[in-house]
Amino acid sequence: MTLDTMPKDVTARVASVEMNGAHGLRLMEMGLVPGAPVRVVKAAPLGDPIQVCIRNYHLALRRVEAQAIEVTLGE
Amino acid sequence: MSAILDTLVIEQSALPAEANRARELTIVVAGNPNAGKTSLFNSLTGLRQKVANYPGVTVESKMGQWTLSPELPPARLIDLPGLYSLAATSLDEEIARDVLLGRGPKSRSADAIIVVVDATNLVRNLYLATQLIETKQPIVIALTMFDLAERGKLKIDVEKLSDALGVPVVPVVAKQRRGLGDLANRVLNLIETLPMRFPLPLGEGQGEGLRGGRPSTLSPLPTGEGDRADWKDHQTKLIKRYALIERIVSDAVESTDEGKPGISERIDRVVTHKILGPVVLIVVMLLVFQAIFSWASLPMSLIDNVFSALGDAVRAHLPAGIFTDLLTDGIIAGVGGVLAFLPQILLLFLFISILEDSGYMARAAFLMDRLMRAVGLHGKAFVPLLSSFACAVPGIMATRTIENPKDRIATIMIAPFMSCSARLPVYTLMIAAFFSGRKVLGVISLGAVIILAMYILGIAVAIVVAWILKHTILNAPPPPFVMELPPYRVPDFGNVGHALFSRCSIFLKRAGTVILAISILLWALMAFPRGGSAPSSPDGGKAVQIENSFAGRAGRLIEPAIKPLGFDWKIGIGLISSFAARETIISTLSIVYNVGESPENKSSSLVDALRNAKRTDGSPLWTPLVGLSLMIFFLLACQCMSTVAIVRRETNSWRWPIFMVSYMLVLAYVASFITYQGGHLLGFS
Repeated sequence: MTLDTMPKDVTARVASVEMNGAHGLRLMEMGLVPGAPVRVVKAAPLGDPIQVCIRNYHLALRRVEAQAIEVTLGE
Repeated sequence: MSAILDTLVIEQSALPAEANRARELTIVVAGNPNAGKTSLFNSLTGLRQKVANYPGVTVESKMGQWTLSPELPPARLIDLPGLYSLAATSLDEEIARDVLLGRGPKSRSADAIIVVVDATNLVRNLYLATQLIETKQPIVIALTMFDLAERGKLKIDVEKLSDALGVPVVPVVAKQRRGLGDLANRVLNLIETLPMRFPLPLGEGQGEGLRGGRPSTLSPLPTGEGDRADWKDHQTKLIKRYALIERIVSDAVESTDEGKPGISERIDRVVTHKILGPVVLIVVMLLVFQAIFSWASLPMSLIDNVFSALGDAVRAHLPAGIFTDLLTDGIIAGVGGVLAFLPQILLLFLFISILEDSGYMARAAFLMDRLMRAVGLHGKAFVPLLSSFACAVPGIMATRTIENPKDRIATIMIAPFMSCSARLPVYTLMIAAFFSGRKVLGVISLGAVIILAMYILGIAVAIVVAWILKHTILNAPPPPFVMELPPYRVPDFGNVGHALFSRCSIFLKRAGTVILAISILLWALMAFPRGGSAPSSPDGGKAVQIENSFAGRAGRLIEPAIKPLGFDWKIGIGLISSFAARETIISTLSIVYNVGESPENKSSSLVDALRNAKRTDGSPLWTPLVGLSLMIFFLLACQCMSTVAIVRRETNSWRWPIFMVSYMLVLAYVASFITYQGGHLLGFS
């Protein structure tokens, strides 16, 4: 499952970031590294971008970027 | 190697410590955006300035004096733009990185770095901190928001954290001045025990890792574009770094709080709600504009009256002559006309500062991103554009947070379409003269509607221009949008007040220097060449004098070109002068229309003067349609030397500012032409 399709208010763990280059690196630098718990808080009124909670702070990112982030639900 | 390093330090510390006491120390404050950096900087220097929650509003490096101890000369403290990593992705971050690594053309490396780390957001903040620790520069960590962390049920073992990181860690609460003395001592200590700068190859620390004897497989991350070759390798390092930080943090921090949404998230339930969010945004904007136009009117007319009384008094007490003319018509009328708009500018800056400080600006960017993307721009462009409603100059400077250069240029190119505070004098004058007292639907004043329409028209033109630019010369794939939504904070009114003070003093300096100079120059252009027909009556002579002056000739020269817009040569003089700064047209018109000339003259105010002005055929020169045409011209033309100068600086070429001035002038001309001629065809006057 990718971050953009994740249901709201469920905590999952980041599995991988499938984006190369500076943008992928920046996503990870912001704390989205494999194993980190992540929760989707909401989407903006027009459906994009989305707001996620990672490492106890809130981050806004577009669905295009969220698509590159694989997550695993459960346990 | 660190053992050798330590012995060297001990051997050398006795002697150069003395030398250290004499020279001025340079200390840099660095940290993530929103970590409380600027707040700490203000508390340390006493020179309070802007704190903002929106990532990257502190675009300029700010400097201040910090008294570390009474015996020492104050140190030079530099407040850097916020950055998340040494692998910079925006101009802002590049500026900060270059200073931190001593790379800039003028910057020598600092004597010490204070790394600001948000205690409520330790893991991510320590990412940058550990990168910096690896550069082996003298570092002290200032743990900000310590009170919030305590309240948020985080127990941080500062000692343990400090041991694990190998650098001193000082908890601080900037507003209450908690821990500031301790911070000074730690910094002094560090500098005195590490007296000589070691010529270490920065950023290439050969896998030394963190200090404190911890054998580490980490090596510094790439810090420049050229280093970005092997992404997988960097990702591996990055993951290891986060793992290390997590280990350190879980050892040193005990959290008794888990999971439940904080206050910020609950506020967001309303503020970024699907339906309520946009409503809140619109209400906030409406409130701001309403306040500017209604609350400011009383102090404005007060200032206006004071200056016209002053002019009259001076004229009454000094002998008539060229010097008195210069003083009353040139200086007092010119400066007074500009100062009258200070209340509006104050109010607008007040609102923008509060919105930035509270964290709302980032929410606005979050709400607006989808719309901004429709024209090819980034949600982050919203804040620079919103700031441009106050003044395009800080707005253009704030575009440095936009990573993609083409996006940044596109944002810069449309920023001047936001109706800045310098246009307000023109709008309000036109409305006071031609649209005052009229109501729409019985309650809303026509003036407010027209001004709102000007703002909306500016935005609409900006959208179209941005779309065209992004699909032609600035075509590029959509940039990523990764933006922190900082927790809401109650704005610190000391900080807001200081931001207001510094912004207004900038405005006043401009009014006091550039505008004063232009006022005098324009007065001279209108007062010379002297002579021609000797004045038979005081008023008639004056009009003839202006007509024959240099300015009058220039105005006449361009009159054929501006006639289709409804303007005559007098307005032409105003247009020419306003290319220096928009608001100068007020003082120019004051001089052209001889406002404040004699107390018994009924047209003592500019509004009356405009209403009474006649064309040669006796019809009124200024009609509502002319007023509207002028407002639209002022909305769309780039009449601001400061904007041109800042665009030159930010784009590092003359190409963009020249392009901007020309295309905006063409647009302004065409739009004014359509307004005036179209209005005539429709039967308006």
